[in-house]
Amino acid sequence: MDPVMLSRIQFGLAAGFHFIFPASTFGLTLLILILETLYLKSREEVYKDSSAFFVKILGLVFVMGIASGVVLEFAFGTNWAQYSRFVGDIFGVPLAAEGIFSFFLESVFMSILLFGRNKVSKKVYWLSAFLVFFGAHLSGLFILIANSWMQTPDGFKIEGGRAVLTSISHAALNHSTVIRFIHSIIAGWITGSLLAAGIGAWYLRRKLHVETAKVCLKIALIIFIITSLVQLLTGHSHSVQVGLTQPEKMAAYEALWQTTKGAPLSLFGIPDESRQKTYLFVGVPKMLSFLIHFNFNAKVAGLNEFPKDEQPPVLLPFASYHIMIGLGMLFIAISLLGAYLLMTKKIWDARWYLLVLICSIPFPYIANEFGWMATEIGRQPWAVYRVLKIANAASVSVPAWQILFSLIMFAVIYIFLLWVFIYVLVKLIKKGPGEVSEGY
Amino acid sequence: MGNLELLQIIWFILIGFLFTGYSVLDGFDLGVGSLLPFLAKKEEEKKLLFKAIGPFWDGNEVWLVTAGAALFAAFPYAYATVFSGFYLAFMLLLFSLIFRAVSLELWGLDEKRKSFWEWAFVIGSFLPSLLYGIALGNVVAGIPLDKHMDFTGSFFTLFRPFPLAVGILGLMAILLQGGTYAVMKSSGEVRKRARKIVNAIWILFLILLVLCFFIAYVYIPGITGRFFMWFSLIVVLVSWILLKIFLNKGNDTAPFYMSSISFIGLWGITGAVHFPNLVKSSNNHSFSLTIHNASSTELTLKLMFIIVLIGMPIVMAYSAYIYKVFKGKVSIEEKEY
Ligand code: HDD
Ligand code: HEM
Ligand code: HEM
Repeated sequence: MDPVMLSRIQFGLAAGFHFIFPASTFGLTLLILILETLYLKSREEVYKDSSAFFVKILGLVFVMGIASGVVLEFAFGTNWAQYSRFVGDIFGVPLAAEGIFSFFLESVFMSILLFGRNKVSKKVYWLSAFLVFFGAHLSGLFILIANSWMQTPDGFKIEGGRAVLTSISHAALNHSTVIRFIHSIIAGWITGSLLAAGIGAWYLRRKLHVETAKVCLKIALIIFIITSLVQLLTGHSHSVQVGLTQPEKMAAYEALWQTTKGAPLSLFGIPDESRQKTYLFVGVPKMLSFLIHFNFNAKVAGLNEFPKDEQPPVLLPFASYHIMIGLGMLFIAISLLGAYLLMTKKIWDARWYLLVLICSIPFPYIANEFGWMATEIGRQPWAVYRVLKIANAASVSVPAWQILFSLIMFAVIYIFLLWVFIYVLVKLIKKGPGEVSEGY
Repeated sequence: MGNLELLQIIWFILIGFLFTGYSVLDGFDLGVGSLLPFLAKKEEEKKLLFKAIGPFWDGNEVWLVTAGAALFAAFPYAYATVFSGFYLAFMLLLFSLIFRAVSLELWGLDEKRKSFWEWAFVIGSFLPSLLYGIALGNVVAGIPLDKHMDFTGSFFTLFRPFPLAVGILGLMAILLQGGTYAVMKSSGEVRKRARKIVNAIWILFLILLVLCFFIAYVYIPGITGRFFMWFSLIVVLVSWILLKIFLNKGNDTAPFYMSSISFIGLWGITGAVHFPNLVKSSNNHSFSLTIHNASSTELTLKLMFIIVLIGMPIVMAYSAYIYKVFKGKVSIEEKEY
């Protein structure tokens, strides 16, 4: 098999597996910070118990994040050696800064959260919760700076066969960094808050830990309601950003084969790349032009504008993008319902709605994975957009069979770990708050 | 000397500093992990050892992550060559580190597979401890490279006598870290066993050091002319002797510090022998990767230097704080978390 293809699959697998955990981390650290703040202010045990419970869950999520993150850190050298040589002058910096400024912070204060409740003062414990929250989001920022630079590179010149840093601020705050950061963090808050809300709902349906469950459900649901609405705005800005900076990617997202004046916003369809046609197309006329250029008749570039060998695949980005947005709309529906039930105080008896919350726990994870797939596959065939092709990015000294071997190993290990993770998570939830001092 | 040359030398030292920090710190928890079956017999004793490293291992591993990323940023060519060249070995390392990380958490949570996670922890600690030295030995001894800086050997090129000897020496140094750490943190039976183990490894350490030294003397020309090498060697030997003296006196903390200093000395020797190379070529001297032909540009090195100057003191301050919070011997009765 083609070693480049194998490396791509392996990297996608590793990154996709990894992102399950950071996304949960963002939401959980936010929730824990809120609970600890309430506890510090009111001294009510229920906040402490809830926080302790989510700290335990965070501990599990966190360790999975570490185990899978270390793989990614070294994947650039092992599988993308030519890429590393080409971009090292720029790309290595955010990775190193991430280690120095955030991973140390996260790991040290995570230990205090996990093991130090009785060893430090209440204020220091709160500060630890804050620093873990801060560190996690800061690491998100650094890694997304790195990723955004691959999507919309800036602040560099090509010299001696490699990309050389010319402007730190332009490279770090390139055209997609800020919006990608906000969109991804909010995605994490949606993910973590729905997880927590779902757990609370599960307890309530079974009449377990009712006191704690009500508190958690309420806080988590409020976060979820706000974030899922905000995500529509950030998602829209993100789309505009893509439309302006990576037009061929937007054309793939929308399966826009020909440049069109007054282009429609696609809602559904089955793109066929070989025929350059979309079957069963459903769309809102002129809407795409309006959303991107604020003008119903503006011209939007189609795939025909770009050389054949620089066009991204269409089917996968199209499908992933639409699934993400569809789930986003679903979250808005769930949160509007939730807001209504909360305000009318009917939520505690709305068993059907609690069931909806429980069943929705996996959806944000799916939206995350598809969001990344759209972003990354839509960037093909480039590793660094319009600078370095993926075919010229892979390691040359690694034979295909070795990559195939490691890919199979990763697949087996990740499936096993995901299964154990879910198994242990469910066990922790069943044990419930109050029983959290177990473990070694 | 221009700014760029100066920064390249600074970065050679800083990368060495990061790897040294990693060895000393993660060394003790990898060491404890590798020695677990010999240190602990009963469930309670295992729990005690898990507890002794629980709050620290992740922060320690971040030194590796940071060292790797700093190598990527400062010397991208070396990062690319080593990691792609040693592909299978690094994959083995990654699998080990994955299992080690999760086993620490799951040992306590996943009762059904407790013994599986225990072995995952032991093997996941042992393999990295051995592989690091082998990788380092290869880099120092030289590996076959082509003119594009790509590795041309095979998986078995990595297992030549010198790298293997360095690998076992590194393993001994890590076991010594783990053993002395266990002495420091435990009491009763575990402490007794740890002291016995340290005594045994203490001898093996010297034998391997001498062995590596003679192989290096034969194969790496010019090393005896380097002052810093001799200085570091003396540091290693003195702390090695002091370790034993303190241990015999019944002092439980000093041996760990002595072991740590000797580890730092080992890195001093490596740096002195290796400078200014990053990855030596065994087939053609001019293909070697050095701090001059493998580095990033001046702007990047400067930026990175500023990041380290601001970041690392803060890191060391709160790391010291957390070691203070969790200092002292661990006991099993105490149930604070
Ligand atoms: C937007 C968020 C995000 C994204 C896209 C990534 N990560 Fe990540 N990563 C985190 C957010 C995060 C985190 C939330 O900060 C984690 C999760 C658990 C943790 O310890 O920190 C983490 C952990 C984590 C660790 C373990 C750190 C430790 O030992 O404490 C490493 C080495 C990486 N990541 C490296 C990467 C690389 C090389 C990525 C890209 C290819 C990557 N991560 C994508
Ligand atoms: C954690 C969230 C992420 C997910 C789920 C994700 C997903 C993916 C997927 C599915 C691919 C395969 C695309 C293909 O080759 O067809 C891929 C490739 C890649 N991504 Fe990401 N990605 C993530 C984050 C990142 C980040 C933060 C970076 C950079 C720091 C990055 C860099 C790359 C690289 C180098 C490749 C391989 C080359 C390529 O195929 O383009 N990814 N990713
Ligand atoms: C509500 C409508 C939404 C819109 C219009 C939208 C828009 C976008 C766009 C355009 C991208 C691609 C950026 C690029 O290619 O550079 C993207 C990526 C992404 N989306 Fe969404 N999104 C929406 C909802 C969501 C939701 C609900 C989630 C998860 C809970 C989510 C998670 C992600 C993730 C993780 C990425 C990849 C990271 C990134 O590039 O920011 N999105 N989104």
